[in-house]
Formats: sequence, C-alpha cells, structure tokens
Amino acid sequence: MFSLERWQEILETISKNKLRTFLTGLSVASGIFILVILLGFGQGMQNGISAEFQRDAANRISVYSGVTSMGYKGLNPGRFIEMTNDDYNYLVSKYEDDIEFKSSIYRVWSGTLNYGDESGSYRVEGVYPDYQFLENEDLVAGRYINYDDQKLKSKIMIIGNKVKQDLFGSKEAVGEYVQINGINFKVVGVYSDPGGEREETRVFVPLSTSQRVFGGSDKVRNLGFTLKPQENFQDALAQSLQFSAEIEEFLKERHLVAPEDTSAINVNNTLENAKRFYDLIGMIKTFFWVVGICTIIAGVVGVSNIMLIIVKERTKEIGIRKALGAQPLSIIGMILHESIFVTAIAGFTGLILSMALLEVLGPNMQMDYIKNPSVNFNVAITTVFILVLAGALAGFVPAWRAARIKPITALREE
Amino acid sequence: MITIKDLHKSYTMGTNSLHVLKGINFSVQEGELVSIMGSSGSGKSTLLNILGMLDEADQGSYTLDGVPIKNLNEKIAAQYRNKFLGFIFQSFNLINYKSALDNVGMPLYYQGMKRKERTDKAMAYLEKVGLANWAHHMPNELSGGQKQRVAIARALASDPKVLLADEPTGALDTKTSYEVMDLIQGINDEGKTILIVTHEDDIAHMTKRIVNLKDGLIIDDAPVNQVRAASHV
Ligand SMILES: Nc1ncnc2c1ncn2[C@@H]1O[C@H](COP(=O)(O)OP(=O)(O)OP(=O)(O)O)[C@@H](O)[C@H]1O
Ligand SMILES: [Mg+2]
Repeated sequence: MFSLERWQEILETISKNKLRTFLTGLSVASGIFILVILLGFGQGMQNGISAEFQRDAANRISVYSGVTSMGYKGLNPGRFIEMTNDDYNYLVSKYEDDIEFKSSIYRVWSGTLNYGDESGSYRVEGVYPDYQFLENEDLVAGRYINYDDQKLKSKIMIIGNKVKQDLFGSKEAVGEYVQINGINFKVVGVYSDPGGEREETRVFVPLSTSQRVFGGSDKVRNLGFTLKPQENFQDALAQSLQFSAEIEEFLKERHLVAPEDTSAINVNNTLENAKRFYDLIGMIKTFFWVVGICTIIAGVVGVSNIMLIIVKERTKEIGIRKALGAQPLSIIGMILHESIFVTAIAGFTGLILSMALLEVLGPNMQMDYIKNPSVNFNVAITTVFILVLAGALAGFVPAWRAARIKPITALREE
Repeated sequence: MITIKDLHKSYTMGTNSLHVLKGINFSVQEGELVSIMGSSGSGKSTLLNILGMLDEADQGSYTLDGVPIKNLNEKIAAQYRNKFLGFIFQSFNLINYKSALDNVGMPLYYQGMKRKERTDKAMAYLEKVGLANWAHHMPNELSGGQKQRVAIARALASDPKVLLADEPTGALDTKTSYEVMDLIQGINDEGKTILIVTHEDDIAHMTKRIVNLKDGLIIDDAPVNQVRAASHV
C-alpha cells in the first residue's frame, strides 16, 4: 500500500485539486522564503560591518589631536594641540615589546597632483613603512615606503588605485614622476585597499620627506598603532584598552591637557568599536531569528489550518472510501502522505527561490553596511525539515479524527 | 446469507432518545432480491446501514454469510465491507475528482490490486453497465442515470456477496429508474443477493420480495410476482 500505488493515488489527488495544493504550498513556501531572506540579510549586515572594519587593521589604535575644550593649569581653552616626533618616538620605545605596527602621520592639506595634462586634488600623507599594515593595504605594483626612503627623505610616493586610474589610466605608473604642489615625486608603488575607492584616493610619501618639503618641521597629525596578537579576543581587547588609556594619559600630561578634556587628545580604539559593532550585529541577528521563527510558526499554523479545512472538506470522501473498504490507517496515511509531500515540495521551492534570489542579488548589493547577503544552507534545510515535520504533525490530528469517525457520519456530511 | 435477530437501535440527541429499530427479525437467502418499504422515518435506512456495517446496532445479532458481525473494530469492518458488501446510494456518492473508471476501481485499490489489473477489471464492469465509452469522464459530466450506473459498477467491482441499495432510483426520473432496475434485475439474475430500500411501489414490485417497516418493526414480509423492468423500457 505504501508503494507505487499509494504514490499514484496521491499524485492524482494533488493534480486534480490544484487550488488546495497551491494554497497549502504557498503558506509553506512563503514562510521559508521570508525566513531565508531575513537570515540572508542578517548575514549581509554582518559581512557589511566586517568589511567596514577591514578598511583598517582590525586592532588599530589611532590618536588624533585637536583643540582644548577647557582650561588647565592656568592655560586657556581653545589651544590647538600638536603632537611631535618626540611623542611618537617616546611611545614607540616605551611600548616596544607590545607594539606590532606603528606609524605617525603628517597630513598635507589638499595636495594637488599633476602628471602631464592630468591633475587632481588628493589627500597626501607622510607615513612610516608600517602604515601599509595599519591601513590594510595591498600592493598591486611596485613597493611600499621603506626605512631608507625615510632616512634619505626621498621624494617618492605610493598612490592608490583610484589615483593611478585618474592620472595614468591604463598606463604604467611606477617609475613616473608626478608633481605634488609643484614638487616632483617619483611613483614607486600602487596599492589597493579592501575599503574600496574611498580609501584608494590617497597618496603616501615618507614622513620625513613630508615634514621637510611641506613645512611640518617635527609636527605629526596622527599616531597609529597595532599591538601584537593575543591568545584571544578578550585579552586583546583588555590589553588594547589599557594601552589606549596609558598613551592618552601620557599625551595629555605632556601637552598640559585636562584629564577630562575629550576633544584635545582623542584615542580611537578600533577593537573597542569592533566589539560594540559585533554586539550590535549579534542583536540584529537574534532579532532576525526571532522574526524568522515567528514566520515559521505562522507557517505551521497556516498549514494546520489548511489541513483542518482539507480534512473537513474531504469528510464525505473519507466516508465513501471507508464504505468501499478503506482502513483507518490508510486514511491517515493518505492525508499525511499528501501533506508531507506538498509541504516538502513547497518548502524546497521556497528554499530554492530565496537562495536563488540571494545568489543573484547578493553580490550586486551596493548598500552601506550590507554586503553579500547569504545564508547557511544547513540552517535553511533544517528549517524546511522542521516545517515539513510540523505540517505532518499538524495534519495528523485531523487525519486521525477523520479516520475514526463512523462511516455513516462521514457520509451524511455535505 | 443474512440473518438478523431482535435488532434494536436508538439515536440519542441530547437528553432525548429515539428508538428507531425495535426488534427486527429477518433473514435473506442467497440470490434474493428484496425491497424494504415503509413510510419516511420508519427506520429503513437505519436498518440498511447496520446491515452494511456503516453503523452499529445497540442490541441483537447479525450474521452475514455465516460470519457473526459483532464488536468489529474499524479495521475488520473495513475488510468485511470491502469483501462482502457493495453499496448503492441515492446520491451516488462518487468521488468527484476521479473519472468513472477510477471510481469503479476504488474498491479494488483497497484490495491491494495493482493498477493495470484494476483498470482492466473496472473497465469490464463499466462495459457491463453500458458505460465503456464514458470511462474517462468525470462524474459531473454524467447524467443522474449514468452516475448511478457507475455507482452500480463500483458496487459490483469487488464481487461482493450482497448489494445494498438505499433508494437507488430516488433521484432519477421514471424512465431512468426502470433502466437502473433493469440493470439490477440482470445482476440479480446472475445470482447476486440484493437489498433495495425504496418508497416507490412500482420499484418494489420489480423485486421478488417486499418487507414493510412501520415504527421500527416489520409489519409485512411477502414474496411478490416480479415485474420485469425491461417490459417498461
Ligand atoms: N444520526 C441520527 N441521529 C439522530 N436521529 C437519526 C439519525 N439518523 C436517523 N435518525 C432518525 O431515525 C429515524 C429513522 O431514520 P431513517 O433514516 O432510518 O428513516 P427512513 O425510513 O430511511 O426514512 P426516509 O424514507 O425518509 O429515508 C428518523 O426519525 C430519523 O430522524
Ligand atoms: Mg432513508
């Protein structure tokens, strides 16, 4: 009875009751569809935010200086604090054992680049060789700044992919000379950055060169550090927070800034931000799961309702079948078999459609904080099974009741 | 073939109890064609449903082809219905989304017969009732008389011992009724035992024996001279 004959009977019933089949299927398919899309976007947000952090090294600590907001030790507020090479050198030697990558940065406001007929305005920064790793940059051509450049105050520069496109187009850039504010620099490298175009419109020169050529003397604008990797995230975070606090305290003391002044010395800890964002992503993902599970529950309730209606609608037919010799088990089997078959097909249809949609839309999504939404296939397939199981359970109760009613009662039903 | 003794049946609705069958005794031999008559509400259908194991008696004994029908569970009852009985209803009770052929094949499906064999056999029965050309039509494409003939073919398909018909001509006009009766007489001529519930005297006189029910008791039970339906068609 379970064999081919039952299948033929079920397929025939399904194909001759298209509307009923369609409605059952629709509620299951849409439930799965919505769940997968939600989970996909949860993942997409996680990817997007992670990508945001890949712009720079994930554990980068940046120090900015600004204007004091309060008086301290007889000094008026409104002073502009400028960090110096000494600050940097002191910190580097003091934390030598902890620091992995380090650089101070001198920024040239609005550098104008000229190459032949092409010109453009870009951010020009003087940096140390380690800056490549602080910015998470990959070289696509040539080399990065090295310590010889630093020592010799060479007039060389590294340009971003976008700058290269703008000035050189498809031509080779390495080896060419480009003017920055009228001074000739030799291009020695081209880099790319996972942060994309925005991060590739920058130009780097050796720090020493920039201080000399662009009048910075011994001033630096920013400091950037990463610390050596730790066993786990918690340790890394703790160490990073302590380091941030210590350098902040040191710099404030050195430049006579009130300890509670937040605008003059600003230490930005990526790891701390990352933790905050990952916590947020966690919450968003939990929320999506809750919504998704509610959708599934709604789907199950929908399937149960439809099963109830189907059984009610088929009561007379069940009476007829019983009069012709159908056993209670075969009635239950018939209804369950049909419901499982329909929910499974519909579930997989919803799964395939939603995954296809994510597959097509995902890589083309150009939204901030959402990148390549996708879903774990195992999770998706498990939900389909849960839904099918729930559908079967939901169908079982009315099927069992229908199988038990006396044939004469069922036959009297209109 | 059928023996019932002191059969009682009441329906309870809320606090009221309606005593419908009040001690029925009767028996039917193999090959008989019996009609059961009586006014509306006298308990004809109730009796037939109990004979068909679609309903249960409260009290009394029932033997079908030597098998005592008592305290059956639904599983055994289904087996017996399939093996021993064929039903013909006033409202045909065909499954509306199945073709005439598939409807006739239903009892065979529940016997576990394979599709091919089932279809052949169902086709043979449809031929017997003169509907071979309508095999692939849906019930809603058939006239009342045709539907009833499909139902008769279906009742015959499992080759049951007894046919039970509750007002088989109740929904048909006179001419069609006689055609159906002609078919039923033909089947009876081949030796099948048939019980028919009817309101109509002319139909009753086309059987070989009339049992009269009144208020849940048999008041009259006598053989009649069978009128051949063919002579009216
Ligand atoms: N399921 C039921 N519940 C309650 N009462 C019922 C039920 N079935 C039948 N009855 C009652 O039992 C009595 C006999 O019913 P039955 O259907 O046997 O009559 P009948 O002789 O077939 O009548 P008719 O000629 O109108 O078909 C009627 O009064 C009817 O109302
Ligand atoms: Mg009746």
